[in-house]
Amino acid sequence: MKKALSVIGALAMTTNAAFAAPVQITWWHGMGGANEQVINQVAEKFNAAQAACAITPVSKGTYEEALASGIAAFRSGEQPNILQVFDAGAATIISAKGATIPAEDLLSQNRHTLDRDAFIDGIRNFYADADGKFIGMPFNSSAPIMYINTDAFTKAGVTPPKTWEEFEAVAPKLKEAGYVPLAASQLTWMLFENFFSRNNIQMASNHNGYDSIEGTTLNATAPEMIAFWNKLKEWHTAGLFGFYGAGWADNQKPFEEGKVALWIGSSGSFGGLTKTATMPFSADFIPYVAAIGEGNKSSFIGGAALFAMSGKPEAENKCSADFFNFLTTTEIQTFYHQATGYVAITKAAYEASKAEGWYEKHPVAEVGIKQLLLPTGEWSKGYRLGFYPQIRAVEEREFNKIFSGETTVEDAFKAIETEGNELLAKFAKTAG
Amino acid sequence: MTDATQTASGPIRRWIARATARPEPAKRVQFDRPLLPWLFLAPQLAVIFVFFYWPSAQAISSSFYIEDPFGFGATFVGFDNYTDALGSAEYRHIAGFTAMFTVLVTAFSLGIGLLLAVKADQVIRARSTYRTALISVYAIAPPVAGLIGMMLFDQHIGPFVKLAAWFGLDMKVGLNYFDTAFAMILVSVWKQVPYNFIFILSGLQSIPQSVREAALIDCKNGARRFFTAILPLLAPTAFFLLIINITYALFDTFAVIDVMVKDKAANNPITLVYKVYLDGFRGNDIGGSSAQSVILMLVVLVLTLVQFRWLERRVHYG
Repeated sequence: MKKALSVIGALAMTTNAAFAAPVQITWWHGMGGANEQVINQVAEKFNAAQAACAITPVSKGTYEEALASGIAAFRSGEQPNILQVFDAGAATIISAKGATIPAEDLLSQNRHTLDRDAFIDGIRNFYADADGKFIGMPFNSSAPIMYINTDAFTKAGVTPPKTWEEFEAVAPKLKEAGYVPLAASQLTWMLFENFFSRNNIQMASNHNGYDSIEGTTLNATAPEMIAFWNKLKEWHTAGLFGFYGAGWADNQKPFEEGKVALWIGSSGSFGGLTKTATMPFSADFIPYVAAIGEGNKSSFIGGAALFAMSGKPEAENKCSADFFNFLTTTEIQTFYHQATGYVAITKAAYEASKAEGWYEKHPVAEVGIKQLLLPTGEWSKGYRLGFYPQIRAVEEREFNKIFSGETTVEDAFKAIETEGNELLAKFAKTAG
Repeated sequence: MTDATQTASGPIRRWIARATARPEPAKRVQFDRPLLPWLFLAPQLAVIFVFFYWPSAQAISSSFYIEDPFGFGATFVGFDNYTDALGSAEYRHIAGFTAMFTVLVTAFSLGIGLLLAVKADQVIRARSTYRTALISVYAIAPPVAGLIGMMLFDQHIGPFVKLAAWFGLDMKVGLNYFDTAFAMILVSVWKQVPYNFIFILSGLQSIPQSVREAALIDCKNGARRFFTAILPLLAPTAFFLLIINITYALFDTFAVIDVMVKDKAANNPITLVYKVYLDGFRGNDIGGSSAQSVILMLVVLVLTLVQFRWLERRVHYG
């Protein structure tokens, strides 16, 4: 079927002059459910807005599956024009020079301009190279934020914490009021990676990995990190922090059921929570450690970016460029932001949503953007670490062990650092 | 060939027959054109080559390289990928779990299958209802079985967890290593029992009535009769099932595990096959994951050899 389609496509190309059939491009992504529908709508809008190009989005399952399919397809020369790659996979695709055309080059080659300053600060660096050139086109971005069960706080008579010190002070009262004070999904993203960014601590050598793949090492055993996790472990023992395993939903569910007072989730969880939460809720930034004195910096972005794969004909690349340009328009950004709950990635889209009064109706939708707009610390721009999905798997394993009592915080982070560094060294070899 | 030509139908077969047949020398099947047997074998060989030998050769060759996922550069590293895997405490830990998992799943699914089959064989009233009820589980696809298992063991709503809580046990599947292992083994066994049941039951039914009656005259003790007369006659079936069950536990439980760990393995038990998947497809480490799959291939090879060399000698094919 695919073959047949591409034959038809090729035939169409040869008779291009006569019929002016649109150039077909494909877009592989890792979104499902409601978010996949929104992607289809974005594609339809693009196809309707102009006649030269037609884009076809294809869902490849999860983020990991999309990356794996993209890689397999590239190796057999069947790659799509555009591939969506998630935050942890960024190093894999960016380090493979020649697999992609840097988004900024693609745009300028096709006479579009990209204004880096139009993007929200926290988003600008993550998928860019050390000089700030956009390699991937930021697309769906999210920030980890703290959701607040407002009933719990009224009942306990306390105010939601801004710092971890404040949390420690109010947590016993929340517990007395009958709540589990805190839960969090995906600790790797929330309380490991973003602990570095929010508190402005170096995550890895070589400027968090941006400067070079060679010799990059992980700074997992930072004393601030160890101290914070020891606290977390203490809170867990005291019943102030509920941990329900590495699965995302297992930790979200008790919050939805109103048993948990604070839950750290994604800004993108907002859409789903409005449907599933059994109690009123609000949101705020992830707390930081006041004692470190660097706190309240912007967080790393989560989510994914779009990459233009190389090895495609010029005409198709032009269409990819047109599509990237189309995505940055305020109209599309505003639509996508409001339809999905992902943060707006351009300042203009943020302003437009503000002007519309969107955040008055949905104040939670603004929290993620505000957190990304916070002052960027030296170490909160992002990280570029090879084999990071595997390093995350090591983190998940050790975190589970900490809370099941199989290991100590010190040993767990030592293991993460040792195994992480082995993986980083191995990645450096693949690129060599 | 004689048989084939006599029962042949359809123009192609007739054409082949005409092209190849000669007055028969009788008895042994003979091909007098040397190419012909290869021609018949070709489709099967092509399938084996494309789906087994070729990927295996690829896996072996890439296991000696560390490769950039996109295939731009590959560095020859000799046996590094193997020593990395075998030298890692994590890998050995998973190998240990896999061995234990395989032994337990095989033993329990064979044991329970045997017990149910022997009992169902004795049922006279409504026997087909019993059998259908026991077999029907086999129709459930492994991912679905995993999903059902996950629901039964869900931390927040799982009925099995509530049952355990009733006995004062705090089950945390996905968090506690042993609870998760228990749930995985239970679901895997549950999924495989009907398969064993079908084979053992048909094995039991093929034991001639005369043998059973003769045994009955010789010995009154039912259990002893079972172990001395029935079980040896079941041996060919049991041997076949043993191999199938070991392969099931090693490879086919993948979907059950995948669903139960919700694609975040963390510190939960996983098997070696799942590790190959995690490193290769999730971690994009092609060299390392190839080395692991070659190791697994060798393990299966050795196991199969051992089974055929040692065990099969003791099997009596009627």
